Amino acid sequence: MKRIGIDVGGTNTDAVLVSEGSVEAAVKVPTTADVTEGILAAMRLLRDSAGGAYRDIAAVMIGTTHFTNAVVQHRELAQVAAVRIGAPATTALPPFCDWPDDLAKLVADGTWIVQGGHDYDGRPFMPLDPEEIRGVAREIRARGIRDVAVTAMFSPLNSSHEDAVAEILSEEIPEVSVTCSHWLGGIGLLPRENAALLNASLVPLARRTVEAFERAMRESGIGSPLYITQNDGTVAAASYAAALPVFGFASGPTNSMRGGAYLSELEEAIVADVGGTTTDFGHLQAGFPRQANSIVQIGGVRTLFRMPDLVSIGLGGGSIIDPDRIAIGPQSVGFRLTEQALVFGGSTLTATDIAVAAGLADIGDRRKVAHLAPALIDAVLARARAMIEAHADRIKTRAGDAVLLAVGGGSFLIPDRLQGISRVVRVEHGSCANAVGAAIAQVSGEVDQVFQGLDRGEAIARGRSLAEQRAVEAGAAADELTLVEAEDIPVAYLPGHALRVRIKVVGNIARA
Amino acid sequence: MREISGEDIEALAVGAWILGTGGGGSPYHSLLNMRRLYRDGVRVRLMDPQVLADDDDVAVVSNMGAPLVSQERLADSRLAARAVELMQEYLGRRFRGVMSIEIGGNNAIQPLMAAAHLGIPVIDADAMGRAYPEAQMTTFAVGNLAPAPLTSVDPRGNEVVVTRAADWKWMERTSRKVCTEFGSVAATCKAPRTGAEIKRWGVHGTTTKAIRLGRAVMDANRRHDDPIAVILEAERGKRLFAGKVIEVERRTTEGFLRGSAAIEDERRARIRINFQNEWVVVWREKRPLATTPELICVLDSDTGEAIGTEMVRYGQRVTVIVLPAPEIFLTARGLDLVGPRAFGYDIDFRSALAP
Repeated sequence: MKRIGIDVGGTNTDAVLVSEGSVEAAVKVPTTADVTEGILAAMRLLRDSAGGAYRDIAAVMIGTTHFTNAVVQHRELAQVAAVRIGAPATTALPPFCDWPDDLAKLVADGTWIVQGGHDYDGRPFMPLDPEEIRGVAREIRARGIRDVAVTAMFSPLNSSHEDAVAEILSEEIPEVSVTCSHWLGGIGLLPRENAALLNASLVPLARRTVEAFERAMRESGIGSPLYITQNDGTVAAASYAAALPVFGFASGPTNSMRGGAYLSELEEAIVADVGGTTTDFGHLQAGFPRQANSIVQIGGVRTLFRMPDLVSIGLGGGSIIDPDRIAIGPQSVGFRLTEQALVFGGSTLTATDIAVAAGLADIGDRRKVAHLAPALIDAVLARARAMIEAHADRIKTRAGDAVLLAVGGGSFLIPDRLQGISRVVRVEHGSCANAVGAAIAQVSGEVDQVFQGLDRGEAIARGRSLAEQRAVEAGAAADELTLVEAEDIPVAYLPGHALRVRIKVVGNIARA
Repeated sequence: MREISGEDIEALAVGAWILGTGGGGSPYHSLLNMRRLYRDGVRVRLMDPQVLADDDDVAVVSNMGAPLVSQERLADSRLAARAVELMQEYLGRRFRGVMSIEIGGNNAIQPLMAAAHLGIPVIDADAMGRAYPEAQMTTFAVGNLAPAPLTSVDPRGNEVVVTRAADWKWMERTSRKVCTEFGSVAATCKAPRTGAEIKRWGVHGTTTKAIRLGRAVMDANRRHDDPIAVILEAERGKRLFAGKVIEVERRTTEGFLRGSAAIEDERRARIRINFQNEWVVVWREKRPLATTPELICVLDSDTGEAIGTEMVRYGQRVTVIVLPAPEIFLTARGLDLVGPRAFGYDIDFRSALAP
C-alpha cells in the first residue's frame, strides 16, 4: 500500500512517498504564498525522484500549520458572531471575555447571550425562545456576518439547544456557516466556546485551503482520497477537516514526532524539530507525543484540546542573526530563505549561513559566507547550543540524561553532543519527518454517548466496542486498535445510573 | 486596611487554588469577574480582623455547589453581592465587612466580588484555612456558633432564606437541598458573625497567606525554580509521592463529586487518593498515608499548578504534597467535624507531617 504524506509548513513543503512501511522518496521545496504551487512543485519533484514507484497511490495525507499560524499571526481570520445560550446565567462573562484584546478586536463582531441552556442533570435551565433567536439571527444577517459560533450551557450533555439555534440561523441567514461548541469539546463553557469561536473564524480559510489541496491533487493527476492530519496523529477526511480546522491545530509537531518515532524506531525520546522559524521540543512516550496537562492556549486563547506538550523557541534555519548582540531570532526570513540568506546571494545573515560557514551544512554557495569571522561563528553556535540545552531540559519529565532525536530541515543546528543528553539521534529522511508522520497517520474511531442501566465497566466496554467498530469502518485494521482516550462523566438524577462515556481508539490503516 | 492590587488578585487565584486541596472550584471565573471590575476602576480593600469592633457585623459568603457545574454556569459577581443584600434585607442591618467561609478555591475571591459591588472591605480571614465540602466543616462549627440564618440565590431570580436550623448538620442538609434544586450551584451568605466571634474562631490572615503562596509559585515559575519546593518551604509541608495518574473514577451523589484517583511512580509503587469534592485520604495498599484535616494537594509536577478532583485525568504527571491544618481542627471537636470519620473512613487521624 502506497501513500503520499505532505507537510505544508511556514517555510518548506515536504513530501514523501511511503510504500509498505518504507520511505521510497522524500523531497523538500519552499512553501509558496499560494500553497497550491508549493504542493504541485513537491509532487512533481516526488514523481521524478520516485520514478516507477509513483503509481497506485492509495491515499494522500496532508498536514498543515496554516490554521494555527493564521491565529498566531492574526491573518485571514473571519469575523465571527458569538451566540451563547445560557441567560440569565453566564452574562457576567460574555464571549471573548478571556481573549487577548487585539485578537478579540479582530475576530469579534457582535455577541449575543440568549435565554436557554441545560443543567448538569439534563433538565432545561431555561426554555429557548425561538422568537428571541430569530431576532438575533436577523441582527446577524443585517450586520453581514456569515460565520457564527453557537455555545449552550451544558451542551456536551444535551446539545438540543445548540442544534435548534443552528437550525434557526440556517433558516434566517443565507450561506451561514455555524460551528456548534458540542462538536468540539466537553464540559467547560469558556474554553469550549473559545474553541468554537476560533473554529468559526477559521472555516472560510479552511475551505479555501482544502479546496487548494484538492485542486493540487487533481492537477497532479492523483485520484486517491485526500486526508488531513489531526492534532492526535490521526487523519480525517478532507471535507470533515474543512469544517473543523481547529482539530488540525497541532498536527505539525505531532506529525514530526510520530514520523521521528517511526523512522528511528525509538519509543522514548526527546524530539527537537528544527524548522525554518522555530524549534519545537516534545517528548515521545510509547511512540506518541506526551500530552499537555493543562488547558492549552492558542494565540493567547484558552481552549481545551488535547495537544502535545511542547516547548517552542525562535530558533530555525531561517532565524535572523544579530551579529552585534549575538542574538538568534525570533524573527526569521521564513520561506524567503532562498532569496535572502547570504548563501543564496541575499543580504540577511541567517542561522543557515552560520551553519554553512561552520561546515555543519552544505546549502547554497559556501563562498558567500567565507568572510564571516570565526569568532562570530563560534559565538552564535554557542548561543544556539545554550538555547537547545535549556529547552531540551525543560521538556524532560525527570532528571538524568535522555536520548534526543533531531528532525526537521534545520536539524543541522543541533550539536552532536549536548549537556543532559546521552546521545543525539539523526535518521535518514529526518528532515521530512513531519511528512513521514502524515503518511503513516492512523485512523480513529470515537464514541460519545450516554449509557443507562449499565455499571461503569459494562458502559465503558460497550463504548469501546462501538468505537472499535467505527474505526474499522473508517479503514483501520481490526487487530491493531489501541485505546487512546477513555473518559466517563456521571449524569446524576436520571433514572438508571446514567453515564456519559467518551472513548477513542486508533489503529493503522488496514492493508488492502 | 489596605487596597488589594490587581496583581494581588492574580496571586490570590493561584494560591487559593492550591489551598483548595483539589476542590473549592477553580477561581478562574471569579478572577475574570474581578479583572473586568478592576478594569472599570472598582477597587477592594482588605481589613485585618483584629481591628474589628466586637459588635461589628460581618457577612460570610460562599459559592456553594459542584465545581463541574460552575465550569458551565460561570461566576457572576452581582449574585455574590445579591446574597449579602438579601441577608441585610432580612436582618435589617448593614455589614461592616465581608469574609469568605473558605479560602481554598473559588470562594477565596467570592468576598472580593461581593465587596466590589457593596463598597465594604474584605476581612482577612476564613473559617476553613482550605476547602471543605460541607457547611458544618468550619471553625465556626467547632466553636458551636449559630448556624442560621442563611441566604441562597440563583440567577433565575430564585431566593431562599433559611431562617433557623437545629444544628450545623441540619443547615448543611437544608441549604444543600436548595442548592441541588437550583442546579447544584448557588451564591450564599452564611450566618453573619460578630467581630468578637471572628477574632476568637476565624482562621486569620488567610487571604494574605493565599496571595503569598500564589506569588511564590508565580515567581518560582518565572525564575524556572522548582515551585513545589518553594511551596513546601514556605508552608512547612511534605512531599508525599510523585508519579503519573493511571486511573480516575468519579460519581456524583447528593450534589457531591466522589471518587478516587490512582497514581503510579517509575518503580511501580502506587497510591490511591479518595475524594469528596476535595482530596480526603491518601492510601498505599490499605494503609492511610495522609488524611484530612491536613491539606492534601495534588500539583502538576512541572508547574506546581494545583490539579482539581474534577480535572484530574489519566496520564498527568503529579506530585502529592501535605500541608499543615489549622490548630482549631486538631482538637477533639475539630476532628469530629473534619477528621477522616466525618467523611466515612473508619480510621484515626495521624499527622503525615509528624517527624
